[in-house]
Amino acid sequence: MDVIQLDVSDESEAMKGALELAGGDASVFKMPHVSSLVVSGNRILSANQTVGIVLEIKSTEYGVDIELTIKKGYKIPDPVHLCFGFLPKEGLQQINVSMIAEEDSSVQLVAHCTFPNSERVIHKMDANIVIHKNAFLKYDETHFHGEMGGVEVIPKAKIDIREGGRYFTGLTLISGRVGLLDLDYDVEAGKDSVCELSTKVHGKDTDTIKIKEKVSLIGENARSVTKSRVAIADNAVAEFTGITEGHAPHAFGHVDCVEVIQGNAVACAIPIVRVDNPLAKVTHEAAIGSVDKKEVETLMARGLEEGEAVDIIVKGMLL
Amino acid sequence: MRGVNLEVADGEIHSVIGPNGAGKSTLAYLLMGLEGYEPEEGEIYFNGELITPLSITERAKRGITLGWQEPARFEGLKVRDYLSIGARQANNVSEETFCHALEMVNMSPELYLDREVSEALSGGERKRIELASIITMEPRLAILDEPDSGIDVLSLKEVITMIQHLKNKGSSVLVITHREEIAASSDRASLMCDGIIVKTGDPLEISNFFKDECKPCDMKAYTLKGE
Repeated sequence: MDVIQLDVSDESEAMKGALELAGGDASVFKMPHVSSLVVSGNRILSANQTVGIVLEIKSTEYGVDIELTIKKGYKIPDPVHLCFGFLPKEGLQQINVSMIAEEDSSVQLVAHCTFPNSERVIHKMDANIVIHKNAFLKYDETHFHGEMGGVEVIPKAKIDIREGGRYFTGLTLISGRVGLLDLDYDVEAGKDSVCELSTKVHGKDTDTIKIKEKVSLIGENARSVTKSRVAIADNAVAEFTGITEGHAPHAFGHVDCVEVIQGNAVACAIPIVRVDNPLAKVTHEAAIGSVDKKEVETLMARGLEEGEAVDIIVKGMLL
Repeated sequence: MRGVNLEVADGEIHSVIGPNGAGKSTLAYLLMGLEGYEPEEGEIYFNGELITPLSITERAKRGITLGWQEPARFEGLKVRDYLSIGARQANNVSEETFCHALEMVNMSPELYLDREVSEALSGGERKRIELASIITMEPRLAILDEPDSGIDVLSLKEVITMIQHLKNKGSSVLVITHREEIAASSDRASLMCDGIIVKTGDPLEISNFFKDECKPCDMKAYTLKGE
C-alpha cells in the first residue's frame, strides 16, 4: 500500500469544495483502504493505491500522465475515486490516461471532474483502456462546471475489450453550464464481451454538445448498448453520433438516443449502423422533441406548474 | 362533442359508459382542461365556480385530477418522487402516505417505492402507480379514464375498492369504463354515444339500456335504435 499526500494547502481545501460541488465525497480521499487520486491542474494533491492496483502518475506541463493497472485476478472491493479539477479561470488541463484491467480483474472507478470558476478552460483527456480476458471495468464520470460556460471538455478514448471482458461507462454533465463538450469514444469489442456507453448531458444558453460513440463488435457474441440522454434549452446545440458495427456472428448492438429540446435549442441525432456479418444484428432508436406532453399534463394535473413539471421530467431523464 | 350535460354530485361515483369513439375520453380531457381540448362553447363549473378558463394546474389546485387510460412513462422518475407530487398537493407528504397509497393498489412499498415509474414496471404496474398517485393527492374530483385497462381481471376488484376508497375519503369520482362491474359499483351512470350524453340514471338501468337498446351501425361508433 502506498499513500502520497503531496499537498494539504489551500488548494486542497479549494479542491475539496469543488469536488463537493460536483457531488463527490471528499472523505473518501482520506480512506486508506480506498484507491484514489486528486489532481488540480497539473498538481497531484493526493494519491493512494491499494492492493491489486498499480497507480503511476507523472505531472506534465499542462496536466498529468496516469497509468492505472488492475492486476490479474484482483477484484477491487471499493470503488477507485478520481478527482480532476481546474480552479483558475483560464488555462489548459491535459490528462493522459492508460488504464489496464488485467485478466479476471474487476474494478469500479468513480471520477469527478470539477471546473467551478472557468471562463476559458480547456480540459482534454486522452485515454487508452484495455480490458483483458474476463475482466470487468466500470467507469462513471460526473462533471461540475460553473455557470460561465467557459469550459471546453474534450474527452477522447480508445477502448479495447478482449474476450469475455465487460466495460460500462457513464458520463454525466448536468450541473452548471456545459460550455463545449466534444466527446469521442471508440470501442472494439471482442468475443463474448459486453459494452455499455451512457451519456447524460444538460445544455443551456449557448452550450455546444458533440457526442460521438463508436462500437465495433468484432468478436463473436459481443454485445453493446450506446445510450444517450441530452436535454438542451435556450440556444444550445447538440449532435449525437452513435455508430455501431456488427462484424461477427451473433454480435448484437443497440443505439438509443433521446434528446429533449426547449426554446431555440437545436438537436441532431445520427445513428449509424453497419453490419457485414449476416448473423450479426444492430438496432437503433432515436427520439428528438419537446418534453412529453402527457408527462407534463399528468404532473400539472397533480398540481404542479408547467415549468416545475418540465424540470422534474428533464431531471428524471438525466439523473 | 355536442350538447353534453353532465352533473357529478359531491361525493358521488359516477360512471360514464358507451361505445368506443363516443367521446368519453374527450370528456375527461375537457374537464381537466388539457391543451387541445378547450370547448368551443358551453361551460364547466366545479363547486359552483366557472372553471372553463382555468389551466390544468389551476383546476388541480382546486382538487380536480385525471388518471389516464395509458399512463405516462416518466423515465428516471422514482415512484416515491411521483407519489410525493400528489401528496404535496394534499399537504400530506410522508412515508406513511406513500405506503398506504401503494397498499391500496396492492403494491408492496418495499418493492416499488425506490423503483422507476418507467422501464422497471409493466404497463399494468404503471397504471397502479398512477392510481396510487391520485390517492396521495386526496382529490375532490378524480376523473379516471378506464382505470381497469391494462389491469388483469383478478385485479378488477382492487380497482373497485380503490374507487370506493376515494369516495370514502370524500372524493367525487367520474369514472370512464367499459366494465360492467365498475359501472355497477357506482352511484349513478351516464351513457355517452356519438358525443352526446344520452341518458343518466341508475347504473344497472343504464348498462342494460346500453346493451339492449343500442346497436352497431356503420357510423364511427353506434347510434340508438330508431334514430
